[in-house]
Amino acid sequence: MSKNIKTISNPKIKLEVLTQDDVKKIHEATLQIIEKVGVRFPSKRALEIWAANGADVDYEKKIVRVKPQIIEDAIKKAPPAYKLAARDPQQDLQLDGNHVNLGTDGCGVEILDINTGEKRTSCLQDVRDIARVADATEEVAFHWVSLSAQDTPVESRGLHELKAVWENSTKHVQTESVYNVEEAKAAIEMAAILAGGKGNIRERPMLSLMQCTAPPLGHDGGSLDAALLAAEVGIPTGFMTMAACATTGPITLAGDLAVGNAEVIAGTALLQLAFPGAPVFYAAAQTASDLRNGSYTGGGPEDFLFGAATNILADFYNIPLSMGAFATGAKEPNWQAGLEGGLSSFMASVVMSDMLLGCGFLHGSRIWSFAEMMMDCEIFSIVHKMMQGIVVNEETLAMDAIAAVGPGGHYLGQKHTRKHMRELFMPQFMDRRPYSEWETKKDDARDWALAKARKTLKEHQPDPLDAKISAEFEKIIKSVEKK
Amino acid sequence: MLEELYKEMAQSIIDGDSDISAELAQKAVELKMHPLDAITNGFVVGVTYIGDQFGKGEAFLPELVMAGEAMKAAIAVLEPELLKLGESREMLGRVVLATVEGDIHEIGKTLVGTMLSASGFEVIDLGVDQPADKIIGKALEVNANLIGMSALLTTTMVRQREVIEELDKEGLRPRIKVMVGGAPITKDWVDKIKADGYSEDAIGAVKVAKQLVGKE
Repeated sequence: MSKNIKTISNPKIKLEVLTQDDVKKIHEATLQIIEKVGVRFPSKRALEIWAANGADVDYEKKIVRVKPQIIEDAIKKAPPAYKLAARDPQQDLQLDGNHVNLGTDGCGVEILDINTGEKRTSCLQDVRDIARVADATEEVAFHWVSLSAQDTPVESRGLHELKAVWENSTKHVQTESVYNVEEAKAAIEMAAILAGGKGNIRERPMLSLMQCTAPPLGHDGGSLDAALLAAEVGIPTGFMTMAACATTGPITLAGDLAVGNAEVIAGTALLQLAFPGAPVFYAAAQTASDLRNGSYTGGGPEDFLFGAATNILADFYNIPLSMGAFATGAKEPNWQAGLEGGLSSFMASVVMSDMLLGCGFLHGSRIWSFAEMMMDCEIFSIVHKMMQGIVVNEETLAMDAIAAVGPGGHYLGQKHTRKHMRELFMPQFMDRRPYSEWETKKDDARDWALAKARKTLKEHQPDPLDAKISAEFEKIIKSVEKK
Repeated sequence: MLEELYKEMAQSIIDGDSDISAELAQKAVELKMHPLDAITNGFVVGVTYIGDQFGKGEAFLPELVMAGEAMKAAIAVLEPELLKLGESREMLGRVVLATVEGDIHEIGKTLVGTMLSASGFEVIDLGVDQPADKIIGKALEVNANLIGMSALLTTTMVRQREVIEELDKEGLRPRIKVMVGGAPITKDWVDKIKADGYSEDAIGAVKVAKQLVGKE
């Protein structure tokens, strides 16, 4: 299996979904929200940091209101680019504004079993299996912990999941499932072992942490404390807003962006006030709520626009972005899943979101499907190809071949054709066969994608994690488990 | 004149205008109208209309929520008058709602509360991060026939089971029925913890609650 990772870089397509003036207005609205309305930080440590830095702190309601200058100065301390390290250094990822790195999506609760196809509750073995398939897949650049290991104790679940991914892949791991002090401390110990000491984490962070905000305009206390611990040692840390139009955010897209931005920017400023220069990232998966049932849609034109708008905001603050894409509401891999995956990933990639999340889920990031994962990877490959644009030069204008073929004839016999034919995109899962062949087999992308996942799972052997490290991880996990 | 007032009452609910619905309720009090007449012939007509429109796909969730809020505002004016008469509204049931311990996510739960109260349930919403003893204690205190619990995390949804086990230990079921909800809640989980019902959204929750109290 290839250890190569396919990332999008040097884009040839550009899109301006927000003008500089739009961004300025959203930024000013954001500062006004943070100063006048405030953001809730239900963590003693966070409130104390805010108070020490001149914010107006309401300890009873746990709401802080901060002058714009404090926020702006703090954000400027964040590093604009850094590396996400992998167990295999060849698989390190650049978060530098010129790479779009695809991750697996997380953190779901059910899976379509790879053998039976039945939907069931997720478990630790699923986390291992997904990590292993993702390890073999060149489109997947890093892991988000995909599923909740619901057969492990709640107090150490996030750690079991991390161990499972590291044992089954050499790629970088990001978790959204470590959101309290005890687990964060243990996860940092694990990252320290991998990096060769706590002091090396900043140089070789094989773990990054994503914390969800609690929209509108709030954070979770455990998440804040975990984020502060991680930022202190140089583990890349981001806050993700999922403020959704009509429910947790204003109905209008600009207002929803401003609310989400206020959550993320206030959280990011907190980390910079506490630990100036800590590697941080912006994360977002904003969407519109369904007007009939209030659900998180994870798709539709609003979602796609958010995908293209958010990196413009992250660029304005000069920090990397992790952008939610592929979050279809479809219940099985179908028209809707393909449409939503295609447009959301394109819109987020075309603006060069540094991290693109993520492949594999159905039903609003709740149900894992291996077929969906593989087909999402193919969508990413298509976007990757499109982003290379059209090369125009003497060679690609093909004047010699055109003269040789002349009017009539064909290009199949031309050396020029043979030389460049592998530059055309070759799909794995698109049906371009004769009708009669389909008619006898009646199979499609879903069957082929699933077959590929099954084969990968059966055959791929990831570079193993040192048994001694596994044993140390086990000890760390045991130490946080209730007796 | 009376018909006109009833119509205005219904319209205030359809428009989701809490200021006007409260004003009209006040007017009914001043006119010495029986509070139940104002509720039944006026405001409830609006709720039913919006509900029907919603069912047809012509009204949306925000209209439903605002109709619920406008209804609440009218009831807040009329209920004390009703009590003065020694009467009370006939409620479908009394529900204690909470987000479980360790979890601060409540929008879905709050939405369920709005829908339930608009549908004729008495709702006591305890808010977020509520331990089992608080939830059960409140249910006993108010003599609730239903407990509704929400959780967004797989690490906190286990608390739903704790509440159910505690209720069973105290022999409080089936007197108190339990419904659960939240993004990670699946049918498998509901079966496993032996909850009485669950719904994936707030509209469905009303139907489940009605079934559980035998009013469907």
